[in-house]
Amino acid sequence: MSQQVDININQLFIDKFSDFEHQLNGQKTLPIHDLRKKALHKFKELGIPNSHEEYKYTNFKKALTKNFTFNQLFKSKNDSSSFGNDYIINELEGNVLVFINGQFSESDSHFKSDEIDIKPLANAYSENPDTIAQHFGNYSKNNEDSYALLNSTYCNNGVFAQIGKNKIVNTPIIIYYISDARADEAVSFPRNLIVAESGSESSIIEVYSTIGEKNSFSNAVTEIVVEENAILNYFKILNETEHVYHVGLTQASQKKNSTINAHSYTFGGGIIRNNLHIAQEDENCTTNMFGLYLLNGNSHIDNHTEVDHKRPNSYSNELYKGILDEKSTGVFNGKIFVRREAQKTNAFQSNKNILLTNDATINSKPQLEIWADDVKCSHGCTTGQMDEEALFYLRARGIDKDKARAMLLYAFSIDVLKNVTIEPLKKYLDHIIAQRFNQEEL
Amino acid sequence: MLNITNLKASVEGKEILKGINLEVKPGEVHAIMGPNGSGKSTLASVLAGREEYNVDGGEVSFNGDDLLELSPEDRAREGVFLAFQYPIEIPGVSTTNFLKTAVNQVREYRGLEALDAVSFLSIMKEKMKLVEIDQSLLSRPLNEGFSGGEKKRNEIFQMAMLAPTLAILDETDSGLDIDALRIVANGVNKLKSEKNATIVVTHYQRLLDYIVPDFVHVLYNGKIVKSGTKELAMELEEKGYDWIKEEANSVV
Amino acid sequence: MLYISTLFEISLNSRMSKDEQILEDFTSKEYEHGWTVDLEVDEAPKGLNESVIRLISSKKNEPDWLLEWRLKAYRLWLTMEEPDWANINYHKVNYQDIIYYSAPKKKKELKSLDEVDPELRDTFKRLGISLEEQKRLTGVAVDAVIDSVSVATTFKEKLGELGIIFCSFSEAVQEHPDLIQKHLGTVVPVNDNYFSALNSAVFTDGSFCYIPKGVRCPMELSTYFRINAANTGQFERTLIVADEDSYVSYLEGCTAPQRDENQLHAAVVEIKAATKAEVKYSTVQNWYPGDKNGLGGIYNFVTKRGICAGDHSKISWTQVETGSAVTWKYPSCILKGDYSVGEFYSVAVTNNYQQADTGTKMIHIGKNTKSRIVSKGVSAGKSQNSYRGQVKVMKRAENARNFSQCDSLLMGNDCGAHTFPYIDIENSSAQVEHEATTSKIGEDQIFYCNQRGIDTEKAIALIVNGYCKEVLNQLPMEFAVEAQKLLALTLEGSVG
Repeated sequence: MSQQVDININQLFIDKFSDFEHQLNGQKTLPIHDLRKKALHKFKELGIPNSHEEYKYTNFKKALTKNFTFNQLFKSKNDSSSFGNDYIINELEGNVLVFINGQFSESDSHFKSDEIDIKPLANAYSENPDTIAQHFGNYSKNNEDSYALLNSTYCNNGVFAQIGKNKIVNTPIIIYYISDARADEAVSFPRNLIVAESGSESSIIEVYSTIGEKNSFSNAVTEIVVEENAILNYFKILNETEHVYHVGLTQASQKKNSTINAHSYTFGGGIIRNNLHIAQEDENCTTNMFGLYLLNGNSHIDNHTEVDHKRPNSYSNELYKGILDEKSTGVFNGKIFVRREAQKTNAFQSNKNILLTNDATINSKPQLEIWADDVKCSHGCTTGQMDEEALFYLRARGIDKDKARAMLLYAFSIDVLKNVTIEPLKKYLDHIIAQRFNQEEL
Repeated sequence: MLNITNLKASVEGKEILKGINLEVKPGEVHAIMGPNGSGKSTLASVLAGREEYNVDGGEVSFNGDDLLELSPEDRAREGVFLAFQYPIEIPGVSTTNFLKTAVNQVREYRGLEALDAVSFLSIMKEKMKLVEIDQSLLSRPLNEGFSGGEKKRNEIFQMAMLAPTLAILDETDSGLDIDALRIVANGVNKLKSEKNATIVVTHYQRLLDYIVPDFVHVLYNGKIVKSGTKELAMELEEKGYDWIKEEANSVV
Repeated sequence: MLYISTLFEISLNSRMSKDEQILEDFTSKEYEHGWTVDLEVDEAPKGLNESVIRLISSKKNEPDWLLEWRLKAYRLWLTMEEPDWANINYHKVNYQDIIYYSAPKKKKELKSLDEVDPELRDTFKRLGISLEEQKRLTGVAVDAVIDSVSVATTFKEKLGELGIIFCSFSEAVQEHPDLIQKHLGTVVPVNDNYFSALNSAVFTDGSFCYIPKGVRCPMELSTYFRINAANTGQFERTLIVADEDSYVSYLEGCTAPQRDENQLHAAVVEIKAATKAEVKYSTVQNWYPGDKNGLGGIYNFVTKRGICAGDHSKISWTQVETGSAVTWKYPSCILKGDYSVGEFYSVAVTNNYQQADTGTKMIHIGKNTKSRIVSKGVSAGKSQNSYRGQVKVMKRAENARNFSQCDSLLMGNDCGAHTFPYIDIENSSAQVEHEATTSKIGEDQIFYCNQRGIDTEKAIALIVNGYCKEVLNQLPMEFAVEAQKLLALTLEGSVG
């Protein structure tokens, strides 16, 4: 019975391709279309993962089969005129690109920069063919991850950004992906390509949100290239409802002496899976990864991170924290690979979780794989309650137990925020966390 | 006993010792002083055979043998002892176990029979008094969690156990309070004899109040620029190193 | 206990001289226990089918229920697939090319050591486990297993006075069928995994141990395994039942002769601890690891599991794994009773082309349960060493506590160290901590030893033993000495 359904969902994604091709118009002749066909071919082989080790705790198959019709896979253009701009992060200035159900909303977007070549990805296919040929699809795990394949098959739009050589860009690029699920289910396949040229410094913020009570599914891929000596700050923020299903892959490739600071904040959702894969291709790379997940209800969030140290003298540091309330489930899987040539690598990883109820679950798998001997690697994982000593100390100063607990949970969470350097963004995140724990803001 | 001629050494391609000449005879105490970065610790490390240091030229003979040809452990077995400036921590290995292994390997090298547990322990107890080291310290893992003073005392205790003919004390006074300094110095003094010699590497004259040197050498910019008796150390204490630097630089 | 905490203890035990002897004893790098003893064997034909199982069962004069149990396991096994999730690579075993039963022909009821085949006794002597000496000096009762058939059991009378049953599994089937029927397969079910199903179908012998209520077993119970005849898969079955408020420490040691063909070992060990009972199970495993080029060696696919069934019970696993070409082994604890405790202490050393994927599972079910995991991996040569462990806290397991420490030491740049911890928590009061580090032997540590006159090889042995101390401390005295020998032996020639 369920086997029958399985075949259907895979078949559905295969069958829809011809509809998709029809609405592409002239794009079918671009080289990218060959990539789509190759990805589809591979997807046919793999299908949606069911009992795969990588998706052991997070299975979308049932949810996709049960909750979606996928009748309207490709909606026409839209703008925010009917639902306002509540999705906007207040006071956060920058180059803004808005996508509604995967379609670019020109009227909601405003961007202009001398330092960055920035545009909707669909325009870049023809306008920046060389950059596309060089980078597009070269970093995502096209042959391994079914969802990345699905995105490569159906992706149409997203953001293309090429940060110029030695440009220090202070205004961030802010990408809003909005699912309009008011009238009907919303499905989208966002795709971004970010190329940070050598010596540049910039910030990219991806924000996902949903309007309406119907189900939404977004399957995103962001490819990032950080060239020599460049610094890139990357943020992915999901503040979603229980009707939202999201699976996203952020795949970064680092060159010599480069730095990536990757941040992931998830404050809700139905089933959310964030894949963050960073490959250090050359020496002296620095990778920082910070994550926070605050869940309640029946939310299920799965963060998979991977750092691949391939060359000597590299560094990575990872801190992921989570608080799980009610019936929520958290999954953390952090892989660190230190290849044979990556001598003198320092890699650290920490995952800390607090469960607030016995109906909440955490599955943590911090994984180290080391093939080089002269390295320093460690990981730590703790799951537990709040620090009882601290709780007592607060209570001894006259604070009631509930309030003391809330204070400590707030403190536990904002620890991760310390690393956010964009003030309005920090304020926004702090506001969400404070509200969650009934706290006054910073 | 020890004869150093025109010793040159470098680390990671950087020349540090630029021609050291030094002769040490049995029964003598030599102090090597000098400002930071002059090459004092490098000299101590080269003599003990630390591999990061490249010997670029010169000779070192020890009791007639070419010391530079020997492996670090063979140098130790021949009787060269280096008291480390920063003793290494080795988790899980008790000091006692470590020393028993060391003592018996040295004995084996010298054609002596290995000590059994009972004789080893009795020697150990005797030497413990010498450096006023506590028994409990020796059953703990080697240097792990030891205070600075405890580490240094442990070095001198090991020196007592291994009975070297040439002891090189590398900045043994650093990080010690006055009581620890006295205990360590007393230990060294008690171990002195007409047959063995000591090289004290130090920045300050302070230690030399306790371990009185026969000769004092000032190392500057990779060379011994001045030698004298303990009065030289007093002069350095009073006037600092600047006048030595000026003197040395003006010669060049 | 073994840790040299005071000088007084050293002089009493004269451990130090033993330490030294350890390294000096082993100058040869070849596997010391590699020879074959020429015993006449009574073998089943190669291959596996129902008639072979019937043959095993009838040779052992087993009751019908046991034959049925074996056949059921066999039929299940036929439907299962060999697991491939472990981080190991090996030539798949041809299960039809194995002899599933072989026994020394001169088999008869043995009342005393004098009746043991002289050739067999000589084998024990060469292995350093002379029964007389063990019996006289160490107070260890030995149930020696050679090629699947028990040939000697000692100290039985003395244990008998206390009501302790310690005998070969075959004997237990004959003399205590009710106990066997009651407990067999209750901790490791027949269908638990591919290898446990296979073992259930074809196990030939093993040990059975029962400690009655309120009894503290006064001596370490010990079994030595040895794989002997060529192409003989070993399928040992061990069952330990500790009744209320009892205590037993059980030692298992293994050596195997050198061979070029791969030999399969798929043992099953089951432990049950009732209320307030404590079982300590220690293993030193030194099977033939294959030669320097990775040829030959034992496949060690073992299922070991204990259940803390009663409140305040405790099961502690300690293992030192230096042998085998491929190891697949996860001694586990099911902490069902309230306040029960599970422990896992492991040293796994791999060299040359060895592969180890080992660890534990701690399943917290009862309230106020505690577990502790200390795993020390040492990889050298071209070996791959993986820790794989699970800590699971079930929904009703209030106040569960776990602490895991998984360290890896790499020697050289051709080996790998891997850590795969699974931490699955469903109760908010749980406190679970996992820490893992990877390091190498510092050049400064070696230099420091060199400077004190210790050569590099010996320095490494010292440092590795220090690194593994926390685990070695858990072993009974004579095992600890043996374990230190093995660590040094395994790593010989790995640094140069």
